[in-house]
Amino acid sequence: MKKVAYFPGCTLRTKAKDLDKYAKDSANALGFSLEEIENWQCCGGVFTTSKDEIATKLSSVRALAYAEKNNQILLTVCSACHNVIKQTDNAMRNDSEFASHVNNYLKDETYHGTARVMHYLEYLRDEVGFDNVAQKVVNSLKGVKIGAYYGCLLLRPNSVMQMDDPENPRIIEDLIKALGAEPVIYPYRNECCGGYVALEDAASAKKKSVSVLESAKQAGADIVVTACPLCKYNLEKNASDVKVVYFTELLAQALGVKGDENE
Amino acid sequence: MNKETSKIRDEIIRSSGVNPKKCMRCGKCTATCPAFDEMEYHPHQFVYMVENGDIEPLMQSKSLYKCLTCFACVDRCPRGVEPAKLVESVRLAVIRKQGANHLTSDDIPALLDEDMPQQAIVSALRKYSK
Ligand code: SF4
Ligand code: SF4
Repeated sequence: MKKVAYFPGCTLRTKAKDLDKYAKDSANALGFSLEEIENWQCCGGVFTTSKDEIATKLSSVRALAYAEKNNQILLTVCSACHNVIKQTDNAMRNDSEFASHVNNYLKDETYHGTARVMHYLEYLRDEVGFDNVAQKVVNSLKGVKIGAYYGCLLLRPNSVMQMDDPENPRIIEDLIKALGAEPVIYPYRNECCGGYVALEDAASAKKKSVSVLESAKQAGADIVVTACPLCKYNLEKNASDVKVVYFTELLAQALGVKGDENE
Repeated sequence: MNKETSKIRDEIIRSSGVNPKKCMRCGKCTATCPAFDEMEYHPHQFVYMVENGDIEPLMQSKSLYKCLTCFACVDRCPRGVEPAKLVESVRLAVIRKQGANHLTSDDIPALLDEDMPQQAIVSALRKYSK
């Protein structure tokens, strides 16, 4: 089985255990295994754009350096980890002054910009192939109407993330189709849920999340899928009758590895 | 602009990597900003106020803590100005001062509910404190 270096992230070890577990179980069913990298440290949750913010980016650089030394692909599942690590990778590749500051500091763990940061969704699309995913489906989700919720972190800034068309993405919709379900396109699928501002201004986050959920509901979605624990939290806090699930849970269910198929 | 202000301005422009002169004042960044209602100064205002050295009002404003870092203004600006990077650099100019953290770990317990993911806490601390 092909091994892929994996960065889980703090929240996947605590509140978002499902996101992690179903990612691993599904990977096994699809013929690859997630090998957690050694001594990973929290990415910090959000990227600091300032050029002179060095310390806040070191945990990401260490993860990148590890992947560089080993097998070149660094796989993420959480949208936030993916965004932070990918933007840090970009800074290391394109800002030589920043890169030399970082590498001077890290001495033995220097990073030279050759790791390939991939989100699990990209791995499914580009390495496994959605056709092959579809062939492994044992519990088709036929008839279920699912809205993909991208939020902001998977797609933006597009010049760096390069996952999909940031205004008209399809990667999650293509996965939904591969699982036999029906993707529902709705206007707010790539707008922010309110993010970390929820911590001190729940009313602000509520406004954003309600707009997203209303938009999904009006388009006919029964379920909304996300790759982000904070999106899930914000949406669930404000959801009425739309269910919010991790994309990995849906995948595990379709692949028959969720464990509760007979319930 | 006095010397001190122009020093802060240059530092904000340098650390953000933003060139405010590229802005054509179309307002698209502000129109797309999901935090519009909560922000007293909107993304396009950050751009021209930093350019003009009118930075003190920005540094005093709660707007700094309402930005969601969603990068909508970054991606949708037709001139590639990246206003969110200015918001971040102005915020850093404030919270890097001694005792000027907007949030500390002591404030956290009172703000939590049992479902709040770690991601929210680490992100808020990263944005609001030094
Ligand atoms: S979208 Fe860009 S060009 Fe238009 S006002 Fe905002 S920063 Fe200026
Ligand atoms: S990054 Fe901040 S300023 Fe820019 S659109 Fe998002 S919330 Fe508004």
